[in-house]
Order: sequence, then C-alpha cells, then structure tokens
Amino acid sequence: MHELRTGVAFFLFLTLLAGLVRVIRGPTLTDRFIVAQLFGTTGVGVLVLLAADGDRGALRDVALIFALLAPVTVVAFVRFALGDAPEDAREEPRR
Amino acid sequence: MTVLNVISALFLLAGAGFCLAGTVGVLRFPDIYCRLHALTKVDNLGLGLVVVGLSLEAGSWATALKLFLVWFLVLISSAFTCQLIARAALRRGVGAWGGSRES
Repeated sequence: MHELRTGVAFFLFLTLLAGLVRVIRGPTLTDRFIVAQLFGTTGVGVLVLLAADGDRGALRDVALIFALLAPVTVVAFVRFALGDAPEDAREEPRR
Repeated sequence: MTVLNVISALFLLAGAGFCLAGTVGVLRFPDIYCRLHALTKVDNLGLGLVVVGLSLEAGSWATALKLFLVWFLVLISSAFTCQLIARAALRRGVGAWGGSRES
C-alpha cells in the first residue's frame, strides 16, 4: 500500500505540473488564477497521501492549514481583480 | 492484501482519475466558466475519493476525522470561491463560450 500511495502522490504532482501549461497560455488573469486554486487542492491531496506513511502525521496538519488558507487567496484575488472601490459604489444595474 | 486494502486502493485510484480529469478539463475546456466546472471536480470528488480511500485504513478514528475535516474545508471553500471567481470574471467582462473553438 505504501507504494500505491506514493505512486498516486507522484501522479497528482505530475497533473499539478501539467496545470502550469494553463498559466503560460492564459489568456486572461482569471484563467491563470484558477490554476492556483487547482494547485491548492492537488497539493492538499499530495500532503494527505504522504502523511499516511510512517510518522509523518504532521503533514496532515499542514494539509489542514492549506485548506484553511486557500479561500483567503481567492478573496484577495477577487478584491484585486475588481479594484478597491466599495461594492455598492460601482454596482452595475442587474440584468 | 485484505479486502479493505483493495477497496482503499480502488478509492485512491478513482480519486487520482478525477484529479487527472480536472486538470485535463482546466487545460482543454474553452472558457473560464467551463474550466471552473472542471476545477471543482478536483475539489469535490478527486480529493474526496482520496480521503475516503486513506481513511479506510487510517488506523484510528481521530486520523480519519481529521482527513474528513480537511475535505470538508476544501469542499466549503471550493463552493464559495468558484462563485466568487465566476462573478469577478463576469464583472471584468469575460464572455462566455459562444460555441466556436478557441484559436
């Protein structure tokens, strides 16, 4: 089982590297940012897989912290992408 | 190899398959909204199946609960952040896919 878990972790790492192609190709800023989101989730997956072996249980706590902090980056990005103006000052008419 | 090992291995492989499908979707789908759909597959099912597979042979309830807590946090954050990103893209004027292939 150790080999399988390590193999799956390595496979997830490879898909993570493949996701970098989207960062290069873009085309918009948002496209590039969703790869960061993909990195967060896949990274958490790699961490919980590696934490299952031996006495590396601390990696599970690291995965927990990653999962907690991932939405903070998204909120920061959305604030950046929409500008700093207060929400109600630039509200567009609803369609 | 017990039965539990085999079931756990199947869950892990299914989770890896969903992660691959999500990455391929992010790379190949035509617009940002489709890509977000593929991305949330990784969050919900990819990580979820990996967590189920690992917790089947975690050894203790505390470890299994911590694994499910990780999944739960990712699940909640992906549900909200997908909405936020799509809304930001819409506000910035990123159009939806019209049916023709991107160049």
